[in-house]
Amino acid sequence: MSRNTLILYIIILAASILGPILLPAYTQQMAILWVMILMASTWDILGGQMGYNSLGNITFFGVGMYLSAIIQISMFYDVGEYTSAFGAIKPEFTDSQYFTGFFLGIIGAGLGSMILSLLLGFIVFGLRGPYFAIGTLGVAITAGQITGTIDYIGGGSGISMPFFPGDIYFRSIFFYILCFLLAASVHLILRWLYSTQFGLAINAIRDDEDKAEAMGIPTLRYKQFGWAIAAFFMGCIGAVFGNMVGFIEPIEVAFPTPTFGIFMVAMALLGGKGTLWGPVIGAVLFHLVKETTWTYLLGWQYVALGLIIILNIVFFQQGIMGWLQTKFPEKFGIFIDDKTHEESRVAMDDK
Amino acid sequence: MGNPIINVENVSKSYGGVKANMNISMKVEAGSITGIIGPNGCGKTTLFNSIVGYHAIDSGSIKFDNQEISKLWVGDIARLGLLRTFQQTRIYNKMNCVDNMQISISHRKGSASKMFASRKGEIKDRAEHLLEFVGLYSKRNLISGDLSFGQQKLLEFAMALMNEPKVLLLDEPTAGINPTLINGLIDRLRKANEELGITLCVIEHNMRVIMNLASDIYCLSNGKMLASGKPSELQNDERVIDAYLGGH
Amino acid sequence: MIDNLNLLFVYAPIMNIQVILDGIFVGAVFALSAYGLALVWGVMNVKNLAQGDFVIMGGFIALGLHEYLGIHPIISIPIVLILMFAYGWAVYKLIIKRVIDNDMFVSLLATFGLSLLMQQVMNLIYGPEVRIIDPELPIYEFFDFITVPMAKIISLILAAIFALIITIFMKKSRMGQAIRATAQDARAARVLGINTDNVYAFTFALNAAICGVAGVMVSIIWVLQPFYGITYSLRTFAIVTAAGLGNLPAVIGTGFVLGLIEKYTSIILGVEYEIAAAVVMLLVVLMWRQIQMRKNRQAVR
Repeated sequence: MSRNTLILYIIILAASILGPILLPAYTQQMAILWVMILMASTWDILGGQMGYNSLGNITFFGVGMYLSAIIQISMFYDVGEYTSAFGAIKPEFTDSQYFTGFFLGIIGAGLGSMILSLLLGFIVFGLRGPYFAIGTLGVAITAGQITGTIDYIGGGSGISMPFFPGDIYFRSIFFYILCFLLAASVHLILRWLYSTQFGLAINAIRDDEDKAEAMGIPTLRYKQFGWAIAAFFMGCIGAVFGNMVGFIEPIEVAFPTPTFGIFMVAMALLGGKGTLWGPVIGAVLFHLVKETTWTYLLGWQYVALGLIIILNIVFFQQGIMGWLQTKFPEKFGIFIDDKTHEESRVAMDDK
Repeated sequence: MGNPIINVENVSKSYGGVKANMNISMKVEAGSITGIIGPNGCGKTTLFNSIVGYHAIDSGSIKFDNQEISKLWVGDIARLGLLRTFQQTRIYNKMNCVDNMQISISHRKGSASKMFASRKGEIKDRAEHLLEFVGLYSKRNLISGDLSFGQQKLLEFAMALMNEPKVLLLDEPTAGINPTLINGLIDRLRKANEELGITLCVIEHNMRVIMNLASDIYCLSNGKMLASGKPSELQNDERVIDAYLGGH
Repeated sequence: MIDNLNLLFVYAPIMNIQVILDGIFVGAVFALSAYGLALVWGVMNVKNLAQGDFVIMGGFIALGLHEYLGIHPIISIPIVLILMFAYGWAVYKLIIKRVIDNDMFVSLLATFGLSLLMQQVMNLIYGPEVRIIDPELPIYEFFDFITVPMAKIISLILAAIFALIITIFMKKSRMGQAIRATAQDARAARVLGINTDNVYAFTFALNAAICGVAGVMVSIIWVLQPFYGITYSLRTFAIVTAAGLGNLPAVIGTGFVLGLIEKYTSIILGVEYEIAAAVVMLLVVLMWRQIQMRKNRQAVR
């Protein structure tokens, strides 16, 4: 890690600690920013780095959310009774019950989503290009529809999540820290992954999968691993998000394909797909613009959003990072080096 | 003949109604350079595709190192150490040359830890060394898609060497390369064969090149094996001359 | 579910006629919009995810004409046709033209953005409620069970006539020939002096017009809602994927098959499974194609 990167990380860390202290009213908005960063970064594993443009990663978000709800409730109540008695009884969870259930829920959500991604992988990874995108989109929409028909988990009317023990201020800080930790671990894990052979292998699959196959790269294994990571963290963040919102239902909260499902793609494209920082930058910009203009647009927000996505794709496909790379290739390590191998080795030894 | 590393016996392959290969048999000796010649559309590339498992063959048998491989898929065959390059030259065109080289290491022992191996150290050193071998060292940090066609061809060759295959099938390695560079390329092919011990099997249209390079040559025509033998024998073979000049 | 099966096949098999008729009526809508998608996909390689929103938009135009000007939806078909054609042309010139040479995901995503935009604009204008047009035509009843509204029969006939006109147009007219030439080899067509940009614009506009007509049918025989578009898009993709590009009779046939599948699913499992049935068909088709392609050691692309 170079010195500049280290300074950058320290600044980000300081900002993320100071943020909720200085602007406590916006803590939940900042937590959602971390959610967005996580979503865009995990989408980019397949979409940007591997060239498999999934429109259905939101499936894991919703599946994680519902899995955690089931785990949290079923540890102490019968889920069917809990959901059917919606509003009539107020189930009590003690502090320790709540937190053990919650953390087991997060882990279970992550693992469950991961297993689902491995199973789905066998179905969808034989598809390329548009078929993959539409197949995964279909999976996400069906997941929402089918969840809405299962009465055991509340059907279309949803589930009220267990009530957080503690005051509102502590609650928002608690969820903020969780979102931050998850997003930060995703970033660091991806940073490491992209620096290994794994990063090169998924790039190779993006550029020419048949060639990668012909060179003996075990492509399916890489594809499944990449998706499993994305699914794991999408499941975890789904669990956290469900508890943060406090009420989950299938179409708007758990499987919101037209909002979060497309936001994550738009953010990754805006920042520059296929780069480590692109999705992060895209998510920050997108969220800032969205939150600052949202209230002034009065019902036109989603129109504006569709317009932004179209403009972004039509006129700015390469994204911010891609644009910077064509503008300043040397900064990205793209240059002609006239020294011979021996000379540069000697130069290295001299240092 | 000794012990052939590739043994193709009576392989047939047809696409729809077109019989691209009919009862082809050929042997590639370990450590040799074998040439395949023949007019355009005679089934040379189809034969290559059959050998590396790009498609299933209709009948016949293909053995690599005494192991039947005609039922295996591309990836499995590549991991056995039988590699091919493409006529149209295929590289990972949005990655730089060093990355192209580093991801081309052998995946023969596919242990999970290797998936997450670091890119620094020995692998990078070898990648740069091979780039120097093909004369692309100064271009190593450029995006490979921006290289000229000939340079991409050299890069693909270097990538194949990086994989340390036992046998390398080259599909028209000199097509599209500046004639002044051809001699250099031939030297490198020979060096790869002699110094790195890689068995080569080369499809080539350039007669001068293949006659100098190969020790055994097979000539295909209209999907059938027309003739085979030493370069000196084929040079004077009426049928081969007819196939090339007879205008099929 | 068992009860429903019993009802259909043991107690009142006559009900099957109703289900089949309903399947054919909605199948006609699917067939039309899938025909349009097959056209743009085959000719210009654009996977239009806003396809369903074009359908819904056509329906809402008919609804608006009906509510504000009192024009009967069947009469409004030519107006919708022209308006949607112009809209499709504009969309091509503003958006599609700029993404057509890029990789497929760009066009897919651009049309997905367009889909969001159209949904929201329709939502602002018409609100999120489910809307219907009362066509004020007689409804025939048979055997006490089966109801066949006149409107559905008329719209089915109109759809058939419309499809026939398009088929003849594609075969005989100069533009139709240019479209087919461009679909086969755009570069060759360009060399021969065909203005492919115009051909693309015309194709896309024609697709929008076809969807618009399908939308009018939806407004007569079914319900309209601004956010229902994506489900039609998925259905058309399912149909085109199942039938394959360039095989137009198969596209239309598969449209009817999907209509039947959906109606039977909705009777047997419940209405809420209709869309799931379409997506399951899409996934089954994709898996089946994968298994086929595996024999040739290829991927579905």
